[in-house]
Order: sequence, then structure tokens, then C-alpha cells
Amino acid sequence: MDDFIDNLPPMDLLRSEKMTFVQLIIPVESAHRAISYLGELGLFQFRDLNADKSPFQRTFVNQVKRCAEMSRKLRFFKDQIRRTSLISSMHPVLQPDIELEELEIQLAEHEHELIEMNSNSEKLRQSYNELLEFKMVLQKAGGFLVSSNNHAVSEDRELDENVYSNDGYVETASLLEQEMRPGRPDQSGLRFISGIICNSKVLRFERMLFRATRGNMLFNQAPADEQIMDPLSTEMVEKTVFVVFFSGEQAKTKILKICEAFGANCYPVPEDITKQRQLTREVSSRLAELEATLDAGMRHRNKALSSVGFHLAKWMSMVRREKAVYDTLNMLNFDVTKKCLVGEGWCPIFAKTQIQEALQRATFDSNSQVGIIFHLMDAVESPPTYFRTNRFTSAYQEIVDAYGVARYQEANPAVYTVITFPFLFAVMFGDWGHGICLLLGALVLIARESKLSGQKLGSFMEMLFGGRYVLLLMSLFSIYCGLIYNEFFSVPYHIFGESAYKCRDSTCHDAHTTGLVKYQDTYPFGVDPSWRGSRSELPFLNSLKMKMSILLGVVQMNLGIILSYFNSHFFGSSIDIRYQFVPQMIFLNSLFGYLALLIVIKWCTGSQADLYHVMIYMFLSPTEDLGENQLFWGQRPLQILLLLLALVAVPWMLFPKPFILKKLHLERFQGRTYGMLGTSEMDLEVEPDSARQHHEEFNFSEVFVHQMIHSIEFVLGAVSNTASYLRLWALSLAHSELSTVFYEKVLLLAWGYDNLVIRLVGLAVFSFATAFILLMMETLSAFLHALRLHWVEFQNKFYHGDGYKFRPFSFASLNEDED
Amino acid sequence: MYGFEALTFNIHGGYLEAIVRGHRAGLLTAADYNNLCQCETLEDIKMHLSATEYGPYLQNEPSPLHTTTIVEKCTLKLVDEYKHMLCQATEPLSTFLEYITYGHMIDNVVLIVTGTLHERDVQELLEKCHPLGMFDSIATLAVAQNMRELYRLVLVDTPLAPYFSECITSEDLDDMNIEIMRNTLYKAYLEDFYRFCQKLGGATAEIMSDLLAFEADRRAVNITINSIGTELTRDDRRKLYSSFGLLYPYGHEELAVSEDVDQVRAVMEKYPPYQSIFSKLSYGESQMLDKAFYEEEVKRLCLAFEQQFHYGVFFAYMRLREQEIRNLMWISECVAQNQKSRVHDSVVFIF
Repeated sequence: MDDFIDNLPPMDLLRSEKMTFVQLIIPVESAHRAISYLGELGLFQFRDLNADKSPFQRTFVNQVKRCAEMSRKLRFFKDQIRRTSLISSMHPVLQPDIELEELEIQLAEHEHELIEMNSNSEKLRQSYNELLEFKMVLQKAGGFLVSSNNHAVSEDRELDENVYSNDGYVETASLLEQEMRPGRPDQSGLRFISGIICNSKVLRFERMLFRATRGNMLFNQAPADEQIMDPLSTEMVEKTVFVVFFSGEQAKTKILKICEAFGANCYPVPEDITKQRQLTREVSSRLAELEATLDAGMRHRNKALSSVGFHLAKWMSMVRREKAVYDTLNMLNFDVTKKCLVGEGWCPIFAKTQIQEALQRATFDSNSQVGIIFHLMDAVESPPTYFRTNRFTSAYQEIVDAYGVARYQEANPAVYTVITFPFLFAVMFGDWGHGICLLLGALVLIARESKLSGQKLGSFMEMLFGGRYVLLLMSLFSIYCGLIYNEFFSVPYHIFGESAYKCRDSTCHDAHTTGLVKYQDTYPFGVDPSWRGSRSELPFLNSLKMKMSILLGVVQMNLGIILSYFNSHFFGSSIDIRYQFVPQMIFLNSLFGYLALLIVIKWCTGSQADLYHVMIYMFLSPTEDLGENQLFWGQRPLQILLLLLALVAVPWMLFPKPFILKKLHLERFQGRTYGMLGTSEMDLEVEPDSARQHHEEFNFSEVFVHQMIHSIEFVLGAVSNTASYLRLWALSLAHSELSTVFYEKVLLLAWGYDNLVIRLVGLAVFSFATAFILLMMETLSAFLHALRLHWVEFQNKFYHGDGYKFRPFSFASLNEDED
Repeated sequence: MYGFEALTFNIHGGYLEAIVRGHRAGLLTAADYNNLCQCETLEDIKMHLSATEYGPYLQNEPSPLHTTTIVEKCTLKLVDEYKHMLCQATEPLSTFLEYITYGHMIDNVVLIVTGTLHERDVQELLEKCHPLGMFDSIATLAVAQNMRELYRLVLVDTPLAPYFSECITSEDLDDMNIEIMRNTLYKAYLEDFYRFCQKLGGATAEIMSDLLAFEADRRAVNITINSIGTELTRDDRRKLYSSFGLLYPYGHEELAVSEDVDQVRAVMEKYPPYQSIFSKLSYGESQMLDKAFYEEEVKRLCLAFEQQFHYGVFFAYMRLREQEIRNLMWISECVAQNQKSRVHDSVVFIF
């Protein structure tokens, strides 16, 4: 038996890759290149040897900082490009590789240039805004002044001095100087201030003015015609022009202060209409000039940005890689001479030659005198788990990993999950109409694979796309199961020939009372279409699906236990085989294996025996005669034997193992009761950070409790897990009943009316119900139940799932996790 | 309904309590502070902080960093969190959260008023204001010439208006007046906040009354120490003490007549919770008092997280974050000015 198993061809995915612990001694001059070559290869996982050091105490902290600074600049460019909504061509420009130092200089230049351009254009924009505001104030406030002048010309004769306050306003100062000539000093007269303010602040502004002047003012406002761009947020802001009339010197200072506090810009408006016109003209001409300048600046800036945009993606990935390399270098230790870096890590054995070759290449390329030493070591720490998956198997491996990453070299349930998972899903989702819909969806995803894999998808689409091959197999199996159940959107079809049953006479009046008669051979594949709609449809299908679920469950659980045998065989633990695998096999099969056997016999012989009765009385009164429930000769003694075996199996799996472990432990440490003296020599050898440190303590009570928990879990689990497989039947029943309801109560009902509108509405409701409830919700629920059956009922028989994943240092995985 | 908050608290407060506890888990730990204290440059501090929750706020800062930038960005994070919580909050939690910011509002008002008194630029002053204590018309404070105007023009619109009833005088503003105004406002604010918490009842009242009483007592001690040797009369001094707290009323009587630090100390040592604070200090010393009080406060604030279903956690979180930002500011200043030996003088470890 063992020879046979040993000679089995190895399965790729069943065991994780063999790993080895490696020490690299890298001369400083070739370190950077070596690490980046390893990153390109992506098959080496570094251990952090400086875990106790904070990030800025590490060796290459300056380089990391420089990279962070560069990526900050790149982010700045990206942000600028996004703001100008420039569509950067994503064609990777072929360009000779540039060194990091060069790139740094280039980036600094670009940033400097860009910041200068930004500040210039901001200045321009500001003066442009001021002019624009001035123009609007002139237009609007002029209107107020004219109207107020007309009202009472005589009273307001002195209304001529205007207040001008705008310190930062240099551009038009020369123009306005002539306006600044002191007006006729007039303390009691009415004066005004005109300006412009954000729409949102007008109300509060007015209120504040009112309070500050105790109501002695007149506030006029009008919305500005154009929106003005806020230079900081580059958003368009709506503004309002105002004119405040007041009297007195104190009020003026107050109002000016309030204007300043509210960020209102004040502009002087001359009283004279002719002067106003003149000013307006001047302002307009300057505006036009500025606009031209602004546009030119904008074009220049866009050009610069687009030239940056060409290289942006490449530079970003380059900086990201550099940063990753230095981060990895920071995990390495300097050796005593400070000339070499020492790194430790894991790599798969198959990749040894590739890694060595990459290292040699690095030595050669960097003209180093000394080669890189690649040196295998052994480690006590368990190696990481690494499965080489392809795009088909990776989704299934993900399903398993979501429960727990396999222990190193442990049997990987993903091998079986590839088929059993979609199959159990299909048992619950058996309808070939729905299956075809799913299949179409899966095929669309697979056909557009190359296009979709490069894009960023939403979280839901991402999940769907990741599981496209799972979806494919699920749909294929549901078509298969649907054919067995003979359901197409819950309608049976005569695909495989005529039904085996027919009515007793041509009128068929007693079909629903006395039933049909069988007149030819059994329907060749799946359920006979005549069951549909008959009185005994549900009892028949329930009995079929229930028994099928139990059969499937018993088979899958047996597979789980057999895998535990392969595990113990692989790890050479005969105790586990003898005191765990064997009694478990006996226990499960003497009870539920026997039930499965009874089911098969009942199906084959067509017997009328009541299996509940048989199973229940097997425990209650095993010696009693079975009577009419007897299925085969010798059933009673067999039942007694099986019951005894099951009873024996429980203590068998509970007691021996802990005692044997204890004995083994005692033997191993016989004569060493005093333990080893921790000599100072020993302590020196143990490097504090290395993976080689471990001490094993044997605690009998802990082991025993552990074993007890396991045994109890298994014994109780055998019952509850078998029952749990009945969910296959329950969900399949729910699915077929739901689709029947939608078909009969919606579609057929609507079709009964001879009205196109009702029919269309019925069709719409039917298709929505099918798409959302049956295809989405039901798929999800069947998926979850299949997941549970795998994680709990199947995997708890053998799977530890306490390993950790192999996370190689790789540039390929780098690009995904950022931004 | 004391003891039955668990039944109904989570209907409105559960989400935010979870949020605030999550935020609290992001506070810097002792290990972080140890690392920060070893930093050589501000770049190192930025690098270390980039691994914490402050990361996203600092990552886009160009390289020659300043202490102010670090503090500004860290405060921005606090403000963002506060605003998020305020948006999600319903009554009475939203009012509670607003109460937390009134203290900053008072400080900002005082800052602007003193600033204008000394003829500083308003924009410059505005930048120095704590963003949590901002209100719409804060810049207009510069217009006011005396208390009455201050109230009538600006503060009448703010939540601080009711606290002003005690200090409406027509006196012109000067440094002394402003300081008295600050303390009067603060007294009224604390009392109002205290009453509000009492009205909320339950665990909130219990925990917040403890925290606010500590705050009131600390202010009482600070007022006493700061007013020693000034022209403030005893009666005026007593008027500034809040009318609750452990020291109320007998401790206040004694504090009001204290003439030097040792007398204050003698008063405080009669109260067991404050004994430990003063026993750390040597006689005649008041320099380290602030730190001692901060340490005690942090301890109490951390304890607020031990109980569930109350609003004290929000107050405690905001205070802890502010303390953390003060710590960061101190560390950065020490690093920037090459005074690393003094790093530990003023850093209060939170955990």
C-alpha cells in the first residue's frame, strides 16, 4: 500500500513548493543591482533583519527619503496634469533609461519651472480678476450712482469724493492716480464705497455694516454678470457688486475694516459719467491684453505639462521600484567588515538556479570583484506556503486561502475544489436555462479577459472578473445538473426521448387521481418529464435530492479523511494514521457509510424499506428483527457489528494518541531530566534575529484536552456534517420552487390574458425576477452554501490552514498596491 | 435613565462611538514617541509620521519642512475628523460636539482682540487661530473698540453671546481687561457645558462632570498663580472661579486669599486627587505644574474610554489629540532648534 502511494506521480498543486532558507552575502557595490534583479525575478522573500530599528535608523534611509521626495514631485505633476484636464498620451515613449540621479535633477527642474509658471499665471490671474471686478463694479455701481443722482441732485451735490483703498492694486495705479486728487474736503457730506464681494457673504456683510454704522448707511447691491475664478481653488465664484453710502470719517474706517475682514475688494468709481466711460474703456483694453498674456502662459504651461506627461507613468514606476529596492536593502544587515550586506530569506527550490543566475548577472554587470555568496541554511521556523497557480486555478486557490493559508506542504484542498466547488454549487442551482445565462456571462468575461484585466474595475466587477473561471465551471455544471433535474426555467423538456409514462386512456381524466402507467423503458437521462405537475412530484424529487445530498456528503467527507491519511503519510506520522485516520474512517463509514450503502441498495432494488426506521432502530434496538424493512440478507448482524465498531472507534481515537505522545517524549528525554545548561557559548551562537530558535515544551494535559476536543468534534461533526449536506437538497428545492412560481404565477398568468400590455408587463416582471432574484441572489446564496460545505464540512477533516503566504519581493506586485 | 443607556445609545450614538474609538486607536503610542524623540531632523519626523495616521496629510509637503507645517497638517487631520463626526451626529451629540469647540472660540476671540490692540495684521492673526474655533465673522473683531462693541457687532451672532453677559462694559480694551474677559468667558462656558452635561444625565454626566471639574480646578489654580502680584483684587479673582469642581466653594475661598505659590500648594494638598500632582513638585516651583496637570488630565481622559455608551469619549478624544499635537509641536521645535536634551521636558505620553 505504502509503495503504491509512494509511486503515485506527484501532483503539482497538492503540495506547496519546496522552499529553502537562504543567506545572501552581497558586496556593497553590487547590492543595488542584485536586489533589483531579484525584484524583476520576483521569487525571493526577504526577512526583515532590522525589525527592531525604526525606519530612519536604517542604512539606506536617505535614498528612501529621496525617493519619497521624488514621488511627491511626481504626484504634484500628476495633480497639475489632472487639473488642466490634459489627456496625456499613454504611449510609452521609447527613451533611453535614465539614472535615478539624472531623474532627480530633471524632476527638480521641472518642478521649479512649473511652480514658477504657476505663480506667474496666478499673479496674472489675480490682476485679471481685479480688472474684471473693477469693470463690473464700474458697470453696476455706475448705474446706482446715476439713479441716485437723478433722485436728488441738489442734496447730493457733495457726493463726489470716493474712497479708494486697494493696496495690492499696482497695475492700474497710474491710471487711477488722476482720480486720487483730493476731492473737496467735506466732513458732513455723504460718501460712498463701492466694491465686490462673494455672493455667499453678502447677507452677513450687510448686517455687519448695518450694526457697525447703527443703521446710518444705504446698501445697494446687484449680482455681477460673470463668474470670477478663485485662483486658489480654481473654481468659479459668483460675486455681487455693492455700493455703500454713508457719512462721517469714523464710519469710513469702520466700513473699510469690515470690507477687509470680509474679503471684499473695494474699487473707486468716479462720479462723472464721462470719466466712468473713459475708465471702462481703459480697463477693457487692459483686460484684453491680459487675456492674451494669460492664454499664452496657459499654452506654454500645457506644453510643459504634456512633455512631463509623456514620461510620467514610466518615471512613476521607476521611482516606485527604486523605493522598493531601498526598502528591501534596509532589511539587510551589514556584516562586520561593513563591506558586505547580509540578507536572509526564503526562495522556492526550483528557483535556485534562476536566482543564482540573476545574482551572477548582477555581479558581472556591476563589475564587482567579489561574487555574491548564495548559501543555503536550515531554519526552524516553518517555511512560507507557495502554490504556483495559473489564471484558472488561482480563483480556486483564493477560495481556499480565504479560509486559511495551507501549512507548509500540507495537502491543498484547492486541487479538489476546482471540481467539487462548482459541482456542489450546481446541485443547488440545477436549471439549465439559468445555467446558460450564467455561461453567457462567464464567456463574456473570459472573452474580454485581456481587455478587462488591464482596467480598474469596481469592487463588484472585480470580484466577478476574478472569479470568471469559477463562474464558467459553475455554469457548466448547472447545465449538467439542470439536465438531470430536467428543468429549463423550471419547464421540463423531452430532450432524451419520450416519457416512460402515459395515461391509462386517451381522455387522461384520471391522471391526477390514480396516476399514469409506465409503458416503456425508464427515461434515459435525468428526471422523467412526466413527474412535472403530478401529485407525487414533490415527494419523488425530495426523496431523490435528499438521498443524493447524503451520498455526495458521505463521499466528500470520506475524501477529506483520506486526504488526512495522505497528510500523515507525507509527514511520516504513523500515530496519526493508526489512531486518528483509521478510527475516523471506521466511525464515519459504519454509520453514514452504511446509510449511503442502504440508499444505493434501495435505489437498485426498488425496495419499499423505510430507511429512517432502519437507522433509528439500529441504535435503539439493534437486536430486533427488521421485518419488512430488511433490504438484504445478513443485515441485522452487520448492523450490530457496525454499531460495535463505531462504539469502539470513539475511545480509539480519543485515548491512545496522547499517551503515546507522552511516552515518546519521555523516551526522547530519558536521562536528561535536568535539562541542558544554557551555556554562554550556546547563547552566542543563537543569532537573535535568525529563524533558528525554538524550544518545545510537552504539556500532557494540553495535548489530551486538544485530542479530546478533536475527537468530540469529529464524533458530533459526523452527525451534524452529514445533516449539513442536506442543504444541497433544501437549496435546490427552493430554487426550483421559486422559478416555478415565477414561471407559472407571472409568465403563464400574464399570457392567459389576450392583451399585449399585460403580456409585456408579465414578461418584464418575469425577466427581472429571473435576473435579479434567481440569477443574482440565488447564485450568491448557492455560492455561499457551497463555500461553507467546503470550508467546514470538507476541510475540517484534514486542513490545518495555519501557514503563511510566500510574499516574494517583486516589482510586478508593486505596481498594483499603490495608487 | 442611568444604567439603561445600553438599550438606546447605539441607535444614534453607536456609529460615532465606534468611529471615535477607531480614531483613538490611531493615537501615537509610547513606542512612536520614543522613535520620534530620536529623530535628528524634521525630515525624520515626517518619515516616521508617514507610517502613522498622519501619513496622507504630510506626504505632499515639499521638502524643507517647518514645525508650523507639521502642526498645521496634524491639526488639519483633527479638524477633518471633527467635521466628519459633526456631520454624522444627531442631537444631543451634535450640540455636545459643538460645545467642545467653544473653548477654542474664546481663545481665538482673545487672540484677535489682543492682536488688533497691538496693531498686528488681521490676516496674520487669522492664520494663528485654531481652526476649530473659527466662526464666520471672526475677522470683524478687529473693528471693535470696547467690550460693548465687541458684543454688539460680532459676538451676538456666535454661541459665545450668552457668556458675555458678565463682561459687557464700556471700558476700552486693554491687556488686563482682555485677560479678565477670557477668564470670565471661560468660566461661563465651563459652567454652561457642565449644566448641559448634567442635563444629558447618565454616564455622560458622570464622566464629563469629573473631567470638567478637573478643568475648572486647573483653571482656578492657574488664575491664582498668574494673578499673584498683579492688581487684581481678591474679590475679582474669586469671581473668575467656576462655581463647580472639587475646590468649590471652600477651596476657592482659600485660593482667593493665597499670596504665593506655596500657599496655593498648601490649599491644593488638602484635596487627595491633587496631592499627587503637587507632591511631584518641589517647593516654590510652578514651572512644571502645567506638565503635571497635563499628565493627570491625560490619565483621566484615557479612563473615559473605559466606559461605553457616553459622550465623554468624544471630549476625551479631542483633548488627547490636541495633547498629541502639542507633543509633536514640542518635539519638532526641539529637533528644529537642536535642543534634543529638552525633548522630554514637555512631552506627555498618552499611552
